[in-house]
Amino acid sequence: MTELRVTRPLEHTILVELIGHWRLQEHPPLMQDLVREFRSNPPAQFFRFNAQALESWDTGLITFLLRLQRICHRKHMTIDFSGLPQGAQRLIHLATVIPERQENMRLRAKEGRVFRLVTKAISTTDGAQDMVAFVGETFITFFRFLRGRAQYRQSDLALAIQECGAKALPIVTLISVLVGLILAFVGAVQLKQFGAQIYVANLVGLGMAREMGAMMTAVIMAGRTGAAFAAQLGTMRVNQEIDAFITMGISPMEFLVLPRMLALMLMMPLLCIYSDILGILGGAIVGVTMLDLGAAQYFYQTQEALTFTDFSVGIVKSVVFGVLVAIAGCLRGMQCGSSSAAVGLATTSAVVTGIVFIVVSDAILTVMYDILGV
Amino acid sequence: MTEPDITVRDLTMAYGDVVIQRDLTFTVNQGDIFIIMGGSGCGKSTLLRHMIGLKEPAHGDIHFSGESFWQADDETRVRLMRRCGVLFQSGALWSSMSLAENVGLPLHEYTELNDKQIQEVVSFKLALVGLAGFGDYYPSELSGGMQKRAGLARAMALDPDILFFDEPSAGLDPISSRHLDDLILELRDSLGATIVVVTHELASIFAIGNNSVFLDADTKTMLASGPPHAMLADCGIPVIQQFLRRGEVASVAP
Ligand SMILES: Nc1ncnc2c1ncn2[C@@H]1O[C@H](COP(=O)(O)OP(=O)(O)OP(=O)(O)O)[C@@H](O)[C@H]1O
Ligand SMILES: [Mg+2]
Repeated sequence: MTELRVTRPLEHTILVELIGHWRLQEHPPLMQDLVREFRSNPPAQFFRFNAQALESWDTGLITFLLRLQRICHRKHMTIDFSGLPQGAQRLIHLATVIPERQENMRLRAKEGRVFRLVTKAISTTDGAQDMVAFVGETFITFFRFLRGRAQYRQSDLALAIQECGAKALPIVTLISVLVGLILAFVGAVQLKQFGAQIYVANLVGLGMAREMGAMMTAVIMAGRTGAAFAAQLGTMRVNQEIDAFITMGISPMEFLVLPRMLALMLMMPLLCIYSDILGILGGAIVGVTMLDLGAAQYFYQTQEALTFTDFSVGIVKSVVFGVLVAIAGCLRGMQCGSSSAAVGLATTSAVVTGIVFIVVSDAILTVMYDILGV
Repeated sequence: MTEPDITVRDLTMAYGDVVIQRDLTFTVNQGDIFIIMGGSGCGKSTLLRHMIGLKEPAHGDIHFSGESFWQADDETRVRLMRRCGVLFQSGALWSSMSLAENVGLPLHEYTELNDKQIQEVVSFKLALVGLAGFGDYYPSELSGGMQKRAGLARAMALDPDILFFDEPSAGLDPISSRHLDDLILELRDSLGATIVVVTHELASIFAIGNNSVFLDADTKTMLASGPPHAMLADCGIPVIQQFLRRGEVASVAP
């Protein structure tokens, strides 16, 4: 039982008797009697406690008392804890010796809706500015690399190449074969009606080489490598490792971003070609098993349909995608805030940014190819 | 020996709109072991970040041997930064590199030494901080105090003119932290380095510090500067007396 009895032994004094078990798990005592007593006349000026009937207490009692103390402060009443158990008095003293820092509870509470909207707008434009600045810095770094003046470790580059090249092969294999299969299926249903099954080879070949090979590898790399870049760099930011590079006079752009970007730029075209070939294989599986085409016939048809230009169109795209995925991952990682939650956000944001970059640039490139007639 | 090495002038530090400290003005002389003191959260690490050029002052400037840091161009800044070695509060070792690589990287980048020579320097520096033989360990395989010491070894890698240590002895046992004090004194005496230390440890403050500044969180400015011993003896400000006597307020002549 948690109980409290309020009496007025003297005209200006409220005496509160605490009875029973004042523990967190017990139901909180009713404040109504107290509130009524606060309002009653004549106004009280002193507040005292009697804890003789108090059987046990814990933080539940202390928080109650602190709340009471705040109310008394507001009403300019004097609160006297001397009737309480020694331990409780000491805890209250400890909790109140260091005053709350006022300005710490700064603006946040006061921010209105308009204010929030304006801040949001400003932070959006700031974000765009940061992105442009980062891209600019990336280019400067890249030119320094071309002039052979960039500081980075070959071993880091090799590691990054392994990470986003060889280790990505299994997933690229799986996805590419399946995409080839799907393209062939979709095409077959239509083309069969005209007895033109053999053109499935053209469809799959062109689709993979010009578009899907580059696109699918880029999406895989955005989810796999872009996210990893953001998480790595973000964690380094949180641990102040990036600050440590800066104070050593080593540019994190050159030392951390450059090898990652180079690795993706170099590996993406290779992965893209690999993906093209596997996609065509996937198409062939459908062609041979379901459309009764001969394997030789299928590959001959594919060879006839594809030119070198078709492959290079896809490869150029893949290089662009590689740069963009690397930029998205590294940008979000370098921008990361200083908590572990921020690393999670950076990772998510890297994938989203990467995919947006990929799709938008793909659209632009496709239009450009169309205008150029390739 | 007493020409000023670092001068902080009218420095105001802020995160966004929130001012952390204002009107800081003090001088660190060459060969000083300069202590930054103050309660937890008063802005010591923030001051250090300003002094090593990681954070731009809201107002004021920092001069290295008379050369302004924040007015300077990027190249000068990199040159000035490279005069400094920094131990961060969290160690901030590069987690993807072994200890030997951590300490060796600055040597690789900025000296002409070959691999064998670098290895020798690295094992010497690691031995100085009591981590001989740990070269092949990765930071995640070390205890907190060991990471701290490895960070120290990295900060000393290039024998910089100025060393900044953020709470070097936090997380160390009494004997190691005593050893660390000896090391800091030795660095100053043998290499002539200027050393700026953030520390709470009274024993260290009095053992090694010959100059200091005291930051206060409530007034948001420095309350005093000067040698710690003199502060203890002469300074009448109660907060400082409390700090220097672990909260045991002594009767102080005003
Ligand atoms: N990134 C940040 N953004 C906003 N405020 C910050 C940030 N970092 C620190 N602060 C604030 O700046 C103040 C000083 O922090 P700082 O880390 O410099 O304290 P400190 O004196 O080093 O404390 P300690 O002795 O505990 O390390 C704190 O009140 C903290 O809330
Ligand atoms: Mg600190």
